[in-house]
Amino acid sequence: MSAPTADRMTRLLALVPYLEARPAGVLMADAARDFGVTEAQLRKDLELLWLCGLPGHGPGDLIDLSFEGDRVRVTDTAGLARPLRLATDEAVALIVALRTLLELPGLAETEAVSRALVKVSAAAGEPADLAGAVSVSIDARAQALAVVRQGLEARRALHLHYYVPSRDQRTERTVDPMRLLLVDGHWYLEAWCRRAEGVRLFRLDRVDDVAVLDEASAPPEQAQERDLADGLYVPDAEQPLVRLQLARSARWVADYYPVEDVEPLPDGGLAVAVRTADPAWARRLVASLGGAAVVVEPRELADEVAADARAALARYQG
Amino acid sequence: MSAKRAERLVNLVFALLGTRQYVSAERIRTTVPGYEPADGSERADEAFKRMFERDKADLRELGVPLETGRTSAFDVEDGYRIARSEYELPEIAFTGEEAAAVGLALRLWQSAQLGGAAQGALVKLRAAGIDVDGERGLPLQPRLDAGEPSFDACYSAARDRRLLTFTYTRPDEDAGVKRRVQPWGVVAWHGRWYLVGHDLDRAAPRVFRLSRVTGTPRVSGPPDAFTPPADVDLAAVVAQQVGRKETVVVVRARPGTAVGLRRRAIALDPAPDGEDRLELHTTEPWGLADELAAHGPDVLVESPPEVRQAVVERLTRLAAMGGPR
Repeated sequence: MSAPTADRMTRLLALVPYLEARPAGVLMADAARDFGVTEAQLRKDLELLWLCGLPGHGPGDLIDLSFEGDRVRVTDTAGLARPLRLATDEAVALIVALRTLLELPGLAETEAVSRALVKVSAAAGEPADLAGAVSVSIDARAQALAVVRQGLEARRALHLHYYVPSRDQRTERTVDPMRLLLVDGHWYLEAWCRRAEGVRLFRLDRVDDVAVLDEASAPPEQAQERDLADGLYVPDAEQPLVRLQLARSARWVADYYPVEDVEPLPDGGLAVAVRTADPAWARRLVASLGGAAVVVEPRELADEVAADARAALARYQG
Repeated sequence: MSAKRAERLVNLVFALLGTRQYVSAERIRTTVPGYEPADGSERADEAFKRMFERDKADLRELGVPLETGRTSAFDVEDGYRIARSEYELPEIAFTGEEAAAVGLALRLWQSAQLGGAAQGALVKLRAAGIDVDGERGLPLQPRLDAGEPSFDACYSAARDRRLLTFTYTRPDEDAGVKRRVQPWGVVAWHGRWYLVGHDLDRAAPRVFRLSRVTGTPRVSGPPDAFTPPADVDLAAVVAQQVGRKETVVVVRARPGTAVGLRRRAIALDPAPDGEDRLELHTTEPWGLADELAAHGPDVLVESPPEVRQAVVERLTRLAAMGGPR
């Protein structure tokens, strides 16, 4: 069965119990939102269900729905009063996610998560045992996470002490928080930075201190959440190019950062171009590759890295 | 899905849920709307049989506990029913805080497999009368399981305990090597996904990084083909194989420099010339050597000698990069 088919069947079997649990009726728009479908789709689903029921179709054998204006309620469930049990994948998705939340005490109330986990495991039955097939461990920075979450929920501005690795600097700034991101095991705060006048990502393990301010969070209109489909960092096409030759051992750079003009080299390495507006970042990247990346362009970058290295060598030899 | 097929499947669930008796296929054919009626022709019988087989498979795939059996010794063939106690989600109630935790948890997934499953769980909990708030609340975009194309195949193989075959390419190798693995599970550890399992060719437990799996892994053979060791802690297996022993590194840093190193270092007594001395702990000494070399003349490694040597080697290579060409 295709995924859309399975989704619709799950929805059809859940709709009647959903209405049964809400005897006063539900606004069509609310029900559509709860099931993650359009109102038109929900109407189609209800029309289909209206024709369903027990064989024979005697009184009490058919699903009966009543529509009053924008509200719908069920007057006869034809015996389908409870939703289907959680399927294996559903139980795994829920249980592993709750276990993950337990490791992130800043994000949800730990006590509540534990209690929910016990209840869900009991209701899931056997499939709960399969949840061991997925295990998640995340670097938790409980303190920063808890404060950032507080700021987001209260819609207030935050004051950050933030470490910028590319410049090896501690910075201080006031930001208007927009949302939290969890990408590849790291938490990020996406926020409008008032100092830089732009949307920035702040990795929470680089936040040395954070406080919720009294003033409201007010990201300006031009503050757009970025689309993460292409990864966290999408370089601006206007930014200058740095051309590198990566040795075999440094080929991971091409997977990790957005690169262009990728060409394999005869020795198994790769020629790539990286766009960046930050020369300090490029210098640190090349230097931290310890010679496994050679700068082709710009020449000044190669010279700076080499001069730094020579000065350092002099200290070891001295 | 055609509305007809959906309607037939829903009616089939109603018919089998509403009976304690096993219902024969023939009876289902005549009472559940939507099946090809018998007209005496073999063609119609065949069409019904095919359709009914497919419907049974669909219901089982959805997790509907379809039972097969005979009500009495006089029945000539197996019939079907759905036990209500097996079908229905048991009573479950959450406090507001617990429901909020569940809503947040279900937003952690993004892959087709677990993201879709989370949506299914959400629908069922809402149908059980629980107001799980999945959309509003904290603005949060988690991507716990995104960006690993092999995730779904590895997860399903571990869940069903089936053989997994894939090509594994280490970054320093050009061609991948074919691996045959009995998968125990997938683990997110320090921001990376790993597959843990028994490698059939190496005859030993192995850990694989999902990002080094090339192409789509192949899931084959029967389900429940093996049993993972009892009480295996997958995260511990990964930590043991990936993490190494800790190395203590002592460096000198010029005052006001190496801000990032200081954030995780222990400050020691300063050197006689006034430079700061920092103690760093690492399980990846060569990675730390990369980072230390990148600080140039601001940082000097005191000990251990092998890290000092590693930094000098890196600096020597970097120094060769500049100048006339």
